[in-house]
Formats: sequence, C-alpha cells, structure tokens
Amino acid sequence: MTCDETRELLAAFVDGELDLRSSVAVEAHLGTCAACAAEVAQLTGLRRAIADARLYYPAPAPLRRRVRQATRGSWRPAWLLFAPAAAVLAVVFLLVPRPGASRVEQEVLSEHVRSLMSNHLLDVPSSDMHTVRPWFDGKLDFSPPVKDLQAQGFALTGGRLDYLGDRPVAALVYQRRRHVINVFLWPASHADAIAESEEQRGYHLRHWYRSRFEYWAVSDVNGSELDEFCRLLRE
Amino acid sequence: MEDRAKFVRFEREILPHLDAAHNLARWLTGNDADAADVVQEASVRALSFFDGFRGGDARAWLLQIVRNTCYTWLRRNRDASTAVLDEAVHGSPGSGAGPERLMVQQAIAALPEEFREALVLREIEGLSYKEIAHVAGVPIGTVMSRLARARKMLRASLSPEAAS
Repeated sequence: MTCDETRELLAAFVDGELDLRSSVAVEAHLGTCAACAAEVAQLTGLRRAIADARLYYPAPAPLRRRVRQATRGSWRPAWLLFAPAAAVLAVVFLLVPRPGASRVEQEVLSEHVRSLMSNHLLDVPSSDMHTVRPWFDGKLDFSPPVKDLQAQGFALTGGRLDYLGDRPVAALVYQRRRHVINVFLWPASHADAIAESEEQRGYHLRHWYRSRFEYWAVSDVNGSELDEFCRLLRE
Repeated sequence: MEDRAKFVRFEREILPHLDAAHNLARWLTGNDADAADVVQEASVRALSFFDGFRGGDARAWLLQIVRNTCYTWLRRNRDASTAVLDEAVHGSPGSGAGPERLMVQQAIAALPEEFREALVLREIEGLSYKEIAHVAGVPIGTVMSRLARARKMLRASLSPEAAS
C-alpha cells in the first residue's frame, strides 16, 4: 500500500470504519512510514483532546419532565404551559390534533401558519420559476417542478425549504391578491390521484399526487379559487 | 388505549435517547433555552411520526428529527440566533471548565454548522459514518469529507496544543 493510498484511509482507520483487510494493510504501512504514523498520532490526539474535554450536554432533569409531559396523552396542556407568547397560542390550537385529521395534514397546516407568522415565508424570493427551481439544487434530493401561473392570477413569490415529518420538502409560495398559498411537495410513488379536500379553522387544504410527487396546497383564499389554482398546477 | 400503548413503546424506545437529542440540539443551537425548546418540539414530532418508525436505530431516527427541528428553529428565529454564537462561546457543559477544555469547546462551537454537526455526532455522540449519514441525510462520502474538513479546522484553531 502506498503512502497516498493510505492517507485517504487514515481517518476511517482511526474511526474504526475500515474493514479488516484494509485495516491490516494500513497497520502494516504505519509500521514503515513515519509520516503516516505521525498523522495517525495527530488524529488520535485530537480525539483524545475532545474526549478529555467532556463536552457532552446531557438532558437536564426539568427538560425530561417537560418532554414526558408534552408527549404523554394529550398535547394541549403541556403546549399551553410552555407557549411563550400569545401568537404561539394561535399555532398551538392548530397543532392540537383533531379526530380524523391526518398527521401530515396537521403538519401542513401548522407549517403554513408558521411561515406566515415568523417572517420566514421565503428563502428564495423570486417570481421567476427559473430562479426558484435551481435554488433547491443541493438542498433537496429531488428537483421540484415549479410552474408560473402569473397569467392566471396566481403570482409565484418564491420558495422555501421546509420540513414535514422527518423529511425536507419544497415549499412553493404563490399569492392571490393578499392571500398566500403554500404548496408543499416531495417525491412519492403513489399513482396520480386527487386526495383530500379539507377545511380547517378557516384554511383550505388540498392534497393530490401528480407525476410521482405528493402535493399539499394550503391557503386562506376561498375554496373555489384554491381549486382553480390546484387544477392549473396539475395541468 | 391504543395511544397509551403507543406512548409506552415510545417511552421505552425513544426517550432513552433524550441525552443524545439534547446534546445535538445544544451544539447546534448554541444555548440551553433553545436546545430545550427544540428537544421538546422534536419529541412531540417524533411521537407523531412514531408509527412510521419500523424499529432499528432509534437514536439515529430521533436525532434526524432533532436535527431537522433545529434547522427549522434556527431559520425561524434567525434574528435571535445571532446572539447564539456569543453564548456558545461563553457557555460550557457542566461547571468548572478548565482552560484547555474551554478552548476545545470554543473551537468546536465556532465550526460552520455542517462540520460541527458531523464532528459532534462522531466524536461526542460516537455515531458511525452510516448513522451520521442517516441523521444528516447525506451520502457517507459527504460525511467523510465533512469530518476531514472539521478536523482540519479544529487542528488549525487548537494548534500547537493539539499537535503535541
């Protein structure tokens, strides 16, 4: 094994991530090469310095209690207890699960409201789909289709990286007069279909699958306008 | 009843990893108050997605949710988080931090997010490359190059102490 080949493997060697054969080969090389041996000493020295510094932050006891309380049975009391501001309370009520409402639906709704409240509506403010779409490159493991519906009265205002469930999703933001429409989408293997159509606390939600993507649209714009918007988006 | 059974399972499988959750959140947010809020929010999220957890690596599964919650949190509170660095530098785990310990802590806190995340998960949490890749949602090769960069930066800021 040459020095260059070994260098590449030294970190993985120190991290215990090499298979046995490579590990043995690296060890053999270390016996004959002072430079690589010094590199290993550096890496293990750094590791020791970090370990010696004891930098672990365990969960404090009050937090354990908080989490237990927040996750046990009903969410409502715990959330209310810790809600720092009245504004948050509004979201909290939206977050309280309602019978029959799916979790994704709850998430979509709460992310919509959050995006409006937190001054974090847009990561990439642009009405140009050729700016918005490439912005997601490298931030998501898929490339979201972006449609320009300006001529039909739905202005694209930009996009945002969001999280639904435990995965990053694309959020596209459109505007109809003063109403914001959030469209959340991510890849799905589901066949094309139109799923739920819901109204919750003054917000309309639409859910569909198209061309290997799952879509959710949510807005306080009236239901028929949102239907038209979704139809245009699906075309 | 079903909810109760679910919570019991959640309590048994996921809550033991609360230390790991807090450690990551604390390193990513840089202060105690935000870390606690993030962990609570992430736990509630974790419970609501628990049906989708098919067993396996519960710690990595929870840490992935914590990580995502952290970044959403930080973006949402962008203004507030400008104060974070300062606190990250001055705060420290436990009490009575010695000078060397403080230096290592500050050097890690000063790393850019993605490098700090990889380094903390590897060196402080002890995760494997594969687990880190799962938590951060990147390929293993990316984990390796981030770790290499993180270590290089750390060495530079700690040298010559780390070199001795």
